[in-house]
Amino acid sequence: MDTVLFIVFAAVAVACAVNLILQKHPISSALSLVGVMGSLAVLYLLLGAEFMAVTQIVVYAGAVMVLFVFVIMLLNTGQETGGGKSWFAQVAGLPLLLAFIALMGLLICGPLMPRLRAVQFGSWHGGTARAIGRAIFTDYLLPFEVTSVLVLIAILGAVVLARKEID
Amino acid sequence: MTTVSPLHYLIVSAVLLVIGTLGVLLRRNIVVILMSIELILNAVNINLVAFSHLHRQVNGQAFVLFVMAVAVAEAAVGLGILIALFRNRGTVLADEMDLLKW
Repeated sequence: MDTVLFIVFAAVAVACAVNLILQKHPISSALSLVGVMGSLAVLYLLLGAEFMAVTQIVVYAGAVMVLFVFVIMLLNTGQETGGGKSWFAQVAGLPLLLAFIALMGLLICGPLMPRLRAVQFGSWHGGTARAIGRAIFTDYLLPFEVTSVLVLIAILGAVVLARKEID
Repeated sequence: MTTVSPLHYLIVSAVLLVIGTLGVLLRRNIVVILMSIELILNAVNINLVAFSHLHRQVNGQAFVLFVMAVAVAEAAVGLGILIALFRNRGTVLADEMDLLKW
């Protein structure tokens, strides 16, 4: 059951991600990104991270995607026409991409994985709101407070940048 | 392959990372580029949650929370910059914004 769920939702996530960069219209890309976020929430649930799954849905599929769709509608950008790709990029890009994938595969399947135990749903209940709240408000209290300053700066920056008289 | 190990989650994460990088490099619309950056940050989050499950420690999920906060802040500021750029230049295509290009 776990394996089936993992395969289905990992495949949905990858398919939606591919669709994201293949679609010509930004709204289609945004809907694909919602699919990726929802599938990732299910993967978090399978890993026992319940609070992270809910946060993923609320923050990403809710807030961030509404922001993206809002901007797409506001700017009214139409379909994207194919641009001129550089000759050098086409020649040099593919070997570099293959080298990057090979290096990452080597790292993942190599010495980075100490010991593999199977991921079973319900085998670990560490991702509850209680445990994460305890970690955030004791061990990571200072980063948490710094994050609030960061969010405040982001709010101010967004308000100043999107104001009417910008020039 | 009857059981799923954290290795498989890392592979999904790597695939999403490569796809997001391709989106950043290949697309011209800045909104789609920002979406691809969100995809890359989500790939990182899968890694953190998978290692959190592997080591049975909750610290990785606390990091995921911080990554989410940074991603949301980045999206808000990036889209604000994009609106300002569109108001001044009338385009959202990355290769038509060449004011700083020599």
